[in-house]
Amino acid sequence: MDWGTIINNTLAGLLTPTTIAFALAALGLAMHFGFAGLLNFGIAGFMAIGAYGYAISVLTFGFPWWGGMIVGIIGSILFAILLGVPTLRLRGDYLAIVTIAAAEIVRLLFLTTAFTDVTGSADGLFGYNNAGGFTDANPFPPGSYGWGPWTYNSETLWVLTFGLGVLAVCVWFLWALMRSPWGRVIKGIREDEEAIRALGKNVFAYKLQALIIGGIFGGMGGIVYAAFANVSPGVYVTSITFFIWTSLLLGGAATIWGPVIGAVIFWTLQAFLSNVLPELALAGILPMTGIQAATLRYVLVGIGLMLLVIYRPQGIFGDKRELTFVK
Amino acid sequence: MSNNDAPQKSTGLHIGEAKPGCKKTDPMLVIDHVKKSFGGLTAVDVDHLEIPKNAITALIGPNGAGKTTLFNLLTGFDTPDTGAWEFMGTSLSGVPSYKVAQLGQVRTFQLTKALSLLTVLDNMKLGAKNQVGESIFRALFPGSWRKQDAEIEVKALELLKRFKLDTKKADFAASLSGGQRKLLEMARALMTDPVLVMLDEPMAGVNPALTQSLLGHVLDLKKEGMTVLFVEHDMHMVRHIADWVVVMAEGKVVAEGPPETVMNEQAVIDAYLGAHQDTDLGVVTGRISIIDEEKDK
Amino acid sequence: MNFFSVDNPKRFLKLIIVVFTALIIGLGLLVSPAQADSVGEEFDHAVLGNVKIKGEPIGGVRIVVEGPSYTAETVTADDGSWLIGVPTKDTYSVTLDQNTLPEGIAVLEGGASQEVDLGLSDRVVKNFFIGQGDRNVVSFFDQFIARLIYGINFGLMLGLASVGLSLVFGTTGLSNFAHGEMVTFGAVAALILGVVLEVPIWVAIPAAVLISAGFGWSLDAGLWKPLRKKGLGIVQLMIISIGLSLTVRYVIQFFIGGGTEQLPGFDSPKINLFGSVALSVNDLYSMGISIVAILGFAIWLLKTNTGKATRAISDNPDLAAASGIDVDKVVRLVWIISAALAGLSGVLWAYFRPGIKWDMGTQILLLIFAAVTLGGLGTAFGALIGALIVGILVETSSLFIPSDLKYVGALVVLIGVLLFRPQGLMGRKQRVG
Repeated sequence: MDWGTIINNTLAGLLTPTTIAFALAALGLAMHFGFAGLLNFGIAGFMAIGAYGYAISVLTFGFPWWGGMIVGIIGSILFAILLGVPTLRLRGDYLAIVTIAAAEIVRLLFLTTAFTDVTGSADGLFGYNNAGGFTDANPFPPGSYGWGPWTYNSETLWVLTFGLGVLAVCVWFLWALMRSPWGRVIKGIREDEEAIRALGKNVFAYKLQALIIGGIFGGMGGIVYAAFANVSPGVYVTSITFFIWTSLLLGGAATIWGPVIGAVIFWTLQAFLSNVLPELALAGILPMTGIQAATLRYVLVGIGLMLLVIYRPQGIFGDKRELTFVK
Repeated sequence: MSNNDAPQKSTGLHIGEAKPGCKKTDPMLVIDHVKKSFGGLTAVDVDHLEIPKNAITALIGPNGAGKTTLFNLLTGFDTPDTGAWEFMGTSLSGVPSYKVAQLGQVRTFQLTKALSLLTVLDNMKLGAKNQVGESIFRALFPGSWRKQDAEIEVKALELLKRFKLDTKKADFAASLSGGQRKLLEMARALMTDPVLVMLDEPMAGVNPALTQSLLGHVLDLKKEGMTVLFVEHDMHMVRHIADWVVVMAEGKVVAEGPPETVMNEQAVIDAYLGAHQDTDLGVVTGRISIIDEEKDK
Repeated sequence: MNFFSVDNPKRFLKLIIVVFTALIIGLGLLVSPAQADSVGEEFDHAVLGNVKIKGEPIGGVRIVVEGPSYTAETVTADDGSWLIGVPTKDTYSVTLDQNTLPEGIAVLEGGASQEVDLGLSDRVVKNFFIGQGDRNVVSFFDQFIARLIYGINFGLMLGLASVGLSLVFGTTGLSNFAHGEMVTFGAVAALILGVVLEVPIWVAIPAAVLISAGFGWSLDAGLWKPLRKKGLGIVQLMIISIGLSLTVRYVIQFFIGGGTEQLPGFDSPKINLFGSVALSVNDLYSMGISIVAILGFAIWLLKTNTGKATRAISDNPDLAAASGIDVDKVVRLVWIISAALAGLSGVLWAYFRPGIKWDMGTQILLLIFAAVTLGGLGTAFGALIGALIVGILVETSSLFIPSDLKYVGALVVLIGVLLFRPQGLMGRKQRVG
């Protein structure tokens, strides 16, 4: 049992661009579900649109990297409007089904060979970081930075810094909004729309705004992920949406830091399990093969999600008195 | 306003005879040919109805008469099949409920909608109109809304004091008793500076000790120049504070007039009673048996 | 109170959105030029070939490769070459679309649709012998009829799965996201019995259905009933069903791995019925079993006391309980039947694809939701009709849109129904907003 490598890899998982990307997506979901009470099960769709918007504008239309990212954000906004206008008056679990279906349609459209010139279909897209100049915009000279498990080359450091910067802005954004009167109205809507309407507020407009803001965060999550890895439809499957939900509920759905901490814990745990379980299997401690051990960690995610919702739906930081989906 | 004074009743509200659809000297709400059916059942069919300004009007009738439906139609929470109604000269048909609230109407609900997951103070602050900070763009810049928020808080605390809820301001509304939540809903409604307050069964589920207090608050509304329209079953309460009574049965208005005369009208007795012709209407409908009628005389 | 506001601008906007989506897909078809000659290069295996006539290459000819849960197509390059990557070493059918051949040219030998087997090698070449000749062009009508029949077959199987989901929703209000796993479970149970334990298949299948029923029983007894008693809200229960879906899915993967397994006799001979409709023996069995199961279920629902009680609870749970119906007992029975039907559907799905994979149920979960929503959430017969429509829609849509988009049609229907007629075809109009 190589504990050294296991611990090293686990600690490294605390701060990777993937973790940051999912923290952003969880933040978006916090806006949608935690604060506004919208059951959005299509957050993977927002990530996909952000990522593909960035990559496609760079590769097919020759945009610079920051222009491509803006296109990704605009795409998320349009998707939110397209999704929201007809569906925001639907009941909770119906909205869940519609958003899953919408995200699947988005994924299938990116996967189909019909558009393969633009989307790369199953192969996905790559090379856009270079083509759009994101790699060149790196201010860090080549070399090795950090220490111990957190050692990065200059490229990864750049993505990390960029991602952290975006995350910081988004966290501030969410915090500033939720402590304002606007945030108060949103919390009221989460609990009882009619009461808020009776007080003269345009409930639909507020819900749409919340959907858009959360959608932008989700899109940014996709963009950060794309800036680090490649863009491929296999990433934006419904399982990813469920993992983001788990991260959110773990941290605390209606809190600002909950989604971020929840995402960090989730992915660090994943890093830990994906290292430790196969080792345990190989060492014979667990009576299974290495591959089975890797599958086991997803089983644990599923069980963890169930236990979380049954016994501690408010997560780590949440306040049970504030939750609307808990009876 | 002590609870033991007999309330000053407004008179001279109507023009001509006090019958269904009669005109009022100063109408706040004018309703014309409003009809609403559910499936084959006509829930509301009102030819003409005017609600007088700065008076307390009670909307009464047996269960299923269409009172709450009419309420929902007037406040934009439901759409009629036909009909038009005007609020202070502005047509309200097709206007969504939140816009109706912005025009100066406010309503409460039969099942109290105190927002349990917010604090009492937050509940109150939600009521204030035209809050700069509620716009998403300006919400980000506290400088633009801090001052207004502080003013709103002052107003909220004053109202809470008046309704004797000020000590609870930091508690979650879930921790309030049922009666306290009713008071909170009313106080919150007043934050919108309404001109017309529509109360849907304000006494429902309220224990007798709190009833006097609530009645007092309703009378205060009239004192401050507001118009009140409320739906109620309790005829003793109606007799006590209402200036004008509208009686509905099977979707239509069957009688209108000051409470004393209306209660003796044949149409009303028929609507409510059927077989119990000799029993006092108040006893039949009253949930509380005591508001001292001697005092009213 | 009616919140289903019929504002004209909103309705119009919704129409715009549906049209917009349809346009995007349509435009995509126009815009995608016939230049992609190789596809799926990330896979380890491939089918490839060359289309030439008398030594002269023909470009722009459409080739489609179809296999267990994988479909891809490409168009020959100017030098006549094409390559389609495939994920697994299975048998695939390679079809040359004769409509894309020049006039008067047709496939002369072997038919436009032929099989290749990647059993031994990573790559297999398939060339077609073409030349002057009358193409045996399958008329559009014939193709349509064929697709219709396949759609009905698929729809019947989908119906078995959908009915259970609808009834669970009707009696408990739960949108069960783990339903797809109950489908997979049935197939896996049949696999373990039929292949691992080598029980004869005609015993293994009913046994698998019984085991699925047991699974449904244990889920209600061990999880859902205690949670209902605890008083959890429907949103919480829904999220728990998602966690359950993840758990069961990966437990199945834990045991059977990531590949595709087959049930015995999956490779049954095809019988030419009429026109271009060719169904395999398995397909016929499958349709027969589906119809029998559906009839049995219908009799239960309409004639027996528990069936009537189930309908009563779906209609009005409080009234049903007040009139003396033991709601818990009926709900338990509903879970058992729902799981049994889903398990049976899983076995049939395993023969249809063909193949058993750990996430096969997840693949059709959204289709099941589409069927149930279309028919009317909570109705049983609505779910059946919805499933038939979805099945036919999915199969026939591949005549009009690229085959790898065929599920999109069903998903668009799902969204459309919830927008315009949320109670579905047969549901009661109740508040959905």
